[in-house]
Amino acid sequence: MKHPTFDVLVVGGGHAGCEAALVAGRMGARVGLVTLDQRNVGVMSCNPAIGGLGKGHLVREIDALDGAMGRVADVAGIQFRLLNRRKGPAVQGPRAQADRASYQKAMRAEVANASGVFLIEGEVVDLVMSGETVCGLILGDGAVLSARSVILTTGTFLRGVIHTGDVSQPGGRVGEPPSCRLAQRLDGFNLPLGRLKTGTPPRLDGRTIDWDCLETQPGDEDPVMFSFLSNGVTARQVRCGITHTNPLTHDIIRENLVKSAMYGGHISGVGPRYCPSIEDKVVKFAEKTAHQIFLEPEGLDSHTVYPNGISTSLPLDVQELYVRSIKGLEAAKILQPGYAIEYDFVDPRALDPSLAVKSIPGLFLAGQINGTTGYEEAAAQGLVAGLNAVRRVRDQPPLFFSRTNSYIGVMIDDLVTRGVTEPYRMFTSRAEFRLALRADNADQRLTAFGRNAGCIGESRWIEFSNKMALIHQVKAKLIESSFSARELAASGSALNPDGPNRDGLAALALTDVSFEQIADLRPVFNSVAPAIGSQVKRDALYAYYIDRQAKDVESLTRDESLAIPVEFDFGSIGGLSVELQQRLTGSRPATVGHAARMEGMTPAAILLIMAHLRKPSFKSA
Amino acid sequence: MDTIFAQATAAGKAGLAVVRISGPDAIASVAQMAGPLPRVGRTLRRLRDRVGALLDEGLVLIFPAGQSFTGEETVELHLHGGTAVVAGVLRSLGDQVGLRPAVAGEFTRRALENGRLDLAQVEGLADLIDAETEAQRRQAARVFTGALGDLAGRWRNALIRAAALIAVTIDFVDEDVPVDVVPEVSSLIATVVAEMRVELAGARIAERIRDGFEVAIVGLPNVGKSTLLNRLAQREAAITSEYAGTTRDVIEVRMDLDGLPVTLLDTAGLRTAEDPIEGMGIALGIKRAQAADLRIHLVSSGEAPILTPEADDLIIEAKADLRGSVGGVSGLTGLGVDRLIEQVTDRLRGRVASAGVAMRERHRLALAAGVENIEAAQKLLAGGPEVADLVAEELRVAVVEIDSLVGKIDVETILDEIFARFCIGK
Repeated sequence: MKHPTFDVLVVGGGHAGCEAALVAGRMGARVGLVTLDQRNVGVMSCNPAIGGLGKGHLVREIDALDGAMGRVADVAGIQFRLLNRRKGPAVQGPRAQADRASYQKAMRAEVANASGVFLIEGEVVDLVMSGETVCGLILGDGAVLSARSVILTTGTFLRGVIHTGDVSQPGGRVGEPPSCRLAQRLDGFNLPLGRLKTGTPPRLDGRTIDWDCLETQPGDEDPVMFSFLSNGVTARQVRCGITHTNPLTHDIIRENLVKSAMYGGHISGVGPRYCPSIEDKVVKFAEKTAHQIFLEPEGLDSHTVYPNGISTSLPLDVQELYVRSIKGLEAAKILQPGYAIEYDFVDPRALDPSLAVKSIPGLFLAGQINGTTGYEEAAAQGLVAGLNAVRRVRDQPPLFFSRTNSYIGVMIDDLVTRGVTEPYRMFTSRAEFRLALRADNADQRLTAFGRNAGCIGESRWIEFSNKMALIHQVKAKLIESSFSARELAASGSALNPDGPNRDGLAALALTDVSFEQIADLRPVFNSVAPAIGSQVKRDALYAYYIDRQAKDVESLTRDESLAIPVEFDFGSIGGLSVELQQRLTGSRPATVGHAARMEGMTPAAILLIMAHLRKPSFKSA
Repeated sequence: MDTIFAQATAAGKAGLAVVRISGPDAIASVAQMAGPLPRVGRTLRRLRDRVGALLDEGLVLIFPAGQSFTGEETVELHLHGGTAVVAGVLRSLGDQVGLRPAVAGEFTRRALENGRLDLAQVEGLADLIDAETEAQRRQAARVFTGALGDLAGRWRNALIRAAALIAVTIDFVDEDVPVDVVPEVSSLIATVVAEMRVELAGARIAERIRDGFEVAIVGLPNVGKSTLLNRLAQREAAITSEYAGTTRDVIEVRMDLDGLPVTLLDTAGLRTAEDPIEGMGIALGIKRAQAADLRIHLVSSGEAPILTPEADDLIIEAKADLRGSVGGVSGLTGLGVDRLIEQVTDRLRGRVASAGVAMRERHRLALAAGVENIEAAQKLLAGGPEVADLVAEELRVAVVEIDSLVGKIDVETILDEIFARFCIGK
């Protein structure tokens, strides 16, 4: 029997699976996307929002690599807000409330229309092996699919258990079965597994909320889009409501704590500290008398409202009780109860930075299965895994992202070198080169990188090239121009008017000099498009800090360019403690840079490793 | 891992010699020579070579892994200090499989790798071994016991707490978090920077204790500078004669003045020289004298010093033996020299009191850079939440600088420098 043959097979149609399949398709590979239910491709299973701090940066990077998430979110966005708008551009994060239905529709269309990507419905029950190497999948109906690279993006479906109060049932998402047979198959590989949990709030019927008595939050007046290719909002824009819990709410929760799945002892997984359930908030911050809740409409044609801030695993009757104790929600109807979900994840230290499983050639993992949370984190991993899955098929070396060029690199490095102790979410504080890794320059950092990797389409490349040409032109002209401190001070800068002259770029490095001021002083800059002008300003603003970091970037890049061969014997390094030898042998860091960031690593140990790498016959001193 | 051994005491004939063996086979290897040994403790044993010939009788000290200097299983042999005895024991150890002689600095290196010492402690140990004077020893001992590491750890914690507060205002802007963290951040970093400034001021002095204070003798030609130097040094370090202008180069004599390391500088007599070489010597002398920690202005009776004296400087009348002046010195007879030494050490001791635990140029540079970053952060904090990203960056770099004090980063060059200075067995 002849089996359908693909280059890459992707298991799971969530955010990781979609980006993985799409990037492989863009690179010209033949891709099979296997999902339990075609209708659920691209579904937003939790909060219908994209972006935020750190997460918005990831979306921009996915977009800079020609991924779909940014464009889809722009189409589906019904409220755009640039977080930290008043702070520096390095810490501004675009965020949007999305219409759940139109997001999914647009994402499904992306997948359906992608050339080389084939949607296959079915449950994966086994992997096809050739010796130690994965080379295909077996579906529940017995069908066999073959491919040189297989990517698992099964999210919370591995031994997923859903808890509402003391009622537990197996499930990957509400109403969908978990993947237990695949989990059993993975058990056979002896991969290190852990257990995490996450929660959702009850969904409310918007028609039963008393909006008139509530404070509301509008979107930004000049919405900032995710995609470098988008020109503006297309969907109608809405406001979110804001309300708060109160002492009565807290009393109800406290009295019923034993009925909570989490506090009743039904859940063993670790939840995220930064996204606590309402039970956690009431217990751990007992002194607070109110917690903020955002009431987020799930769509323009939907009445469902997502009350952000009260995720729970209490039984439905208690959920009703406490929801109705909240201002504006006195008559609110729950459309779907909140629940907690527990699931298995694979310790990501079992992966290399291309997201390939180190011990199983041909197998890649991306998304929540690696212990992360969030659509953006998942999508970014999908992109990395998809890109590297294709490179493997073509016998090309893996392509690593670096902490110095992207949040994607920061995330993957954190995952594969440090592992996770709670669901991993991106923050801007995780990036030591935050001032250089901005949402606004994601294209400058990654589009050419992606072009070399073959994942950037022609139209984006042309648009990017034109933009860069304009930016270079303007910067060159600025460097040639000269501004006296006196005229800059006169135009509104707090600069000492007796200071020296400076060129235009140096003038823009001052926090209180805008591109408009420069254009007012030198009309030659009047013709520059505002978007180009403000980008030049943002680039100039951090120039001093970025120069200062250059040495750190260089040393990190140098460490990361020192690859540690797979066959390298850490046990042969005299002078390394047995504990470190074991840890290094176990996790096989791909580069000296990765080794240096491992837990318990000492500078002296790194020195020894480097010495051994340089001189294979080196005897330790 | 190999088991290593070396003589820990200086080579040559001595009353006692200590041989140290460290590594997984340390106890087993000594047991081959001394018979079965306890896991820990000390015992008096006869040591025999492979064929059973008696090598020596000595004290065997056994340190289990985790409780030794290197962190590994370690045995010390306290032998009689004859060259042949030591050579015989070392040869017997070297004959055993899995044992090899240690290379320079290897015991200390293992202590560092096993987390028994941090980098600053290793530097302190190097200085402890090199210490020639009491003040040097005391200072090195403080660093060796981890005083610098403790300080750096405290600063680091406070700065990380401050950075976390700033991070909250950046990354959790939509949540219920404290809006104004500036007062707490300001107070945290103000405390740290104040302590760092004190250490920084003490760093110069600490470096002096390590490298020695410079005390220059200045004055007119033939006033008796070199004679005084020779008296202080109690040897003919400088050539003296009755001809003015005999000293052309700067002559240095290193000495221990009442526990303080001092380098005495004898400079060319200050006059308008006709000889260009003497002129160059004079110019150099003036430069060195001005850079010195203290100057002794040697003058003839009733004359003013030729260089303008600085606050702490000593002005002393020379050739007191000829003039019988009170308070003067005579290099020739030694009259007043004890009093002069007392005056010099008094002044230097006053400075030693402010010495910190940061005592290397590397420490001083890291401290100075860290202080600069924190000061920049303080200035930016006043600029409001708009520049929180820049405050965070300055604090991040400050933490990196503090980490480098105890060697958390930037180690490659430092390690090489440190281990190059150790002798075998230390």
